[in-house]
Amino acid sequence: MSTVSLSQFHQTFFEESREGLDAMEAALLALDEGGDTELVHTIFRAAHSIKGGSATFGFPDMAAFTHEAESLLDELRDGRRAIDASIIELLLRSVDCLRGMFERAQSGAPLADAQSEQLRQELAASIGRHAPVTQAAKAAAAPAVDAWRIRFRPHAGMLMGGNDPVRMLRELSELGALNVQADADKLPPLAALDPSESHLGWIIELRGKASKAVIAGVFDWVEDECDLSIEAIEEPVAASPVAEAAAVAPVASVAPTAARATRESASESSSVRVGIDKIDGLIDLVGELVITQSMLDTFREGFDSNRIEALQAGLAQLARHTRSLQESVMGIRMLPIASVFNRFPRMVRDLSQKLGKQVKLDLVGEQTELDKTVLEKIGDPLVHLVRNAIDHGLETPDRRRAAGKGDVGTLRLEASHRGGSIVVEISDDGAGLNRDAIVNKALQRGLIASGDALSDEEVAELIFQPGFSTAAQTTDLSGRGVGMDVVRRNVVDLGGSVAIRSTQGKGSVFTITLPLTLAIIDGLTAMVGAEHYIVPLGSIVESVQLRKEQLRTVTGGGELFHFRDAWLPVIRLQDAFHCGGTRADIERGLVVVVEGEGSRVGLFVDELIGQQQAVVKSLEAHYRRVQGVSGATILADGSVALIVDIAGLVRMQGRRKAA
Amino acid sequence: MAKILAVDDSASMRGMVAFTLRGAGHDVTEAENGQLAVDSAKGSKYDLVLADVNMPVMDGITMVKELRAMPEYKGVPILMLTTESHTDRKMEGKAAGATGWLVKPFDPEQLLATVKRVLG
Repeated sequence: MSTVSLSQFHQTFFEESREGLDAMEAALLALDEGGDTELVHTIFRAAHSIKGGSATFGFPDMAAFTHEAESLLDELRDGRRAIDASIIELLLRSVDCLRGMFERAQSGAPLADAQSEQLRQELAASIGRHAPVTQAAKAAAAPAVDAWRIRFRPHAGMLMGGNDPVRMLRELSELGALNVQADADKLPPLAALDPSESHLGWIIELRGKASKAVIAGVFDWVEDECDLSIEAIEEPVAASPVAEAAAVAPVASVAPTAARATRESASESSSVRVGIDKIDGLIDLVGELVITQSMLDTFREGFDSNRIEALQAGLAQLARHTRSLQESVMGIRMLPIASVFNRFPRMVRDLSQKLGKQVKLDLVGEQTELDKTVLEKIGDPLVHLVRNAIDHGLETPDRRRAAGKGDVGTLRLEASHRGGSIVVEISDDGAGLNRDAIVNKALQRGLIASGDALSDEEVAELIFQPGFSTAAQTTDLSGRGVGMDVVRRNVVDLGGSVAIRSTQGKGSVFTITLPLTLAIIDGLTAMVGAEHYIVPLGSIVESVQLRKEQLRTVTGGGELFHFRDAWLPVIRLQDAFHCGGTRADIERGLVVVVEGEGSRVGLFVDELIGQQQAVVKSLEAHYRRVQGVSGATILADGSVALIVDIAGLVRMQGRRKAA
Repeated sequence: MAKILAVDDSASMRGMVAFTLRGAGHDVTEAENGQLAVDSAKGSKYDLVLADVNMPVMDGITMVKELRAMPEYKGVPILMLTTESHTDRKMEGKAAGATGWLVKPFDPEQLLATVKRVLG
């Protein structure tokens, strides 16, 4: 049989190892909090699986590293060694190191580096021995002898363990010529014979060049289930005409796989594991759909008007099934937010230690599911907000005491579904936003003229202003907001929003609202000339019909309109997209006020058709990137409508003004 | 062609074992832990069971005990896949009723050779 390529299992191995490392980390942190020994078993199992897999799939460096970690865990597991903070620390560092190794494995880089090697030595030293510098020194092969006498008598119960003497005799026959004598002395009379027991013994003469170790290997599995002796037969050596090399060599050790040389591009081919129940549900739905389709099929022949009601019922059923099917298919890409939340216990622990704060982390709603694409992008903003909460929100124990609170601050992450959105709240019971500090800083930076008339909400909004603070700033009085503008932009790019509630002295709550999926958006269909455009509903403030007196033209050809005490720029989509709108007169069309990139603009369109769900297709994949357009969708009549990218349009507008 | 039950909590290892054995024409059923393996063994008769030692829910050694307690699994070969060269773990498996073991890491050829050994 040809060699099986193991590289096809690499992706699965990487994925489950990543999960294993996450589980190890979580269990180590729980141990740190004083968890029970069951956790040690969990950690051991994860390390053990990674070790076995990495050895099997051709990553010897990783196997060598995990071997040391596993030995240490083995001692903890057997209670030969007490668990203390320094060991947990060492194992946590090992988890980090392994994560790095996996990243390198995926990109095909060498796995071990000076750091991993040092940590491996440290692990080895912790169990009181020096790490072998090379793996598995090969034992020198014992000299082969020409003839052996083997006495073999299984114990009565050997057969019950699934070992058949016939197998061993067959294997011996592969080593050379056999002369076998059965020894039936202990065979009971037939009436008393229990066929599930062994009653025979054998004396076997083996002629062939085999080492004692190879022969003993045949009986390896039954060494304590039989009487066995293996001795060389002394006899005058008949000169063999051709001196062969040793007939049987021990199995060669696994050659390093050629995976490294012929590595396919280690691109992130991402996959999703789907629960079988979800798949079953889909199959059921498809079945329903097929039934509906065959029912509708009956209308093709001899249709008359009295069957119209039945047809309508059929179509309604089709619509229901299609909707359910769509929801279920979307559900396949839905993953619990736990995978993002899981990185926080470690981060919170490290960061609070560094800053000398005591933080209790509560994670709520970890099983809340959201689309994989959203999940992959939400991590960074959350990390940012959690960092901020520990850095600027929660106080040191002495400050908390001074404020009449307990020493330990609470940081809470809660995920939940609200309608068609997912909401993640990051709340802390820290100092809250420091109004004076924020206003002062905004004044310094010229973001506001005076802070007197600002409401608390407006002050809170200030921290999202670009340039409100620089990342280099780490004054403990900073009123929060290291790069909060970036956080907001990331969330808005996902079609979501960020809001703050804060009470000075009591704490803050950051609320991130996200769409469940990026594959479908709610939009408003607008006509410009003969073209349809979809404006994402989430960015629309309202639609207004303008009167001439609300409009101003500024030098350079830009237009502004008056809306709620502010002057906003007008973007005429017909100009932006050169699609020849029919209504040059602004009073006859509509202006859709939208918000993007933190600023508001008015989109001038001919008319609004209505609200609809749009399935987003990538324009880049089918054509190329187009400025001001985030994607396209296919309308009911089969025509294509472009989805307007508000943030992109705002940027275009800014450039036009600057030009 | 034999009916083989492959038991391992690691999807990649299990996948490798199942894929290799199917390639050699065997009919392979997979189970993620000892408990699921025992449940599966109650429903059908396997000619050979290959199982990892360390697994959640039910480990390999307990699984061997459970299987050996079933009359129809007396004498059916059960091999432990183990990285632990500690003889005590091997012996523990033996004492529980395992037929033998296959030491990780193994490559597909070694796996097939061992399976062939046992099935004859």
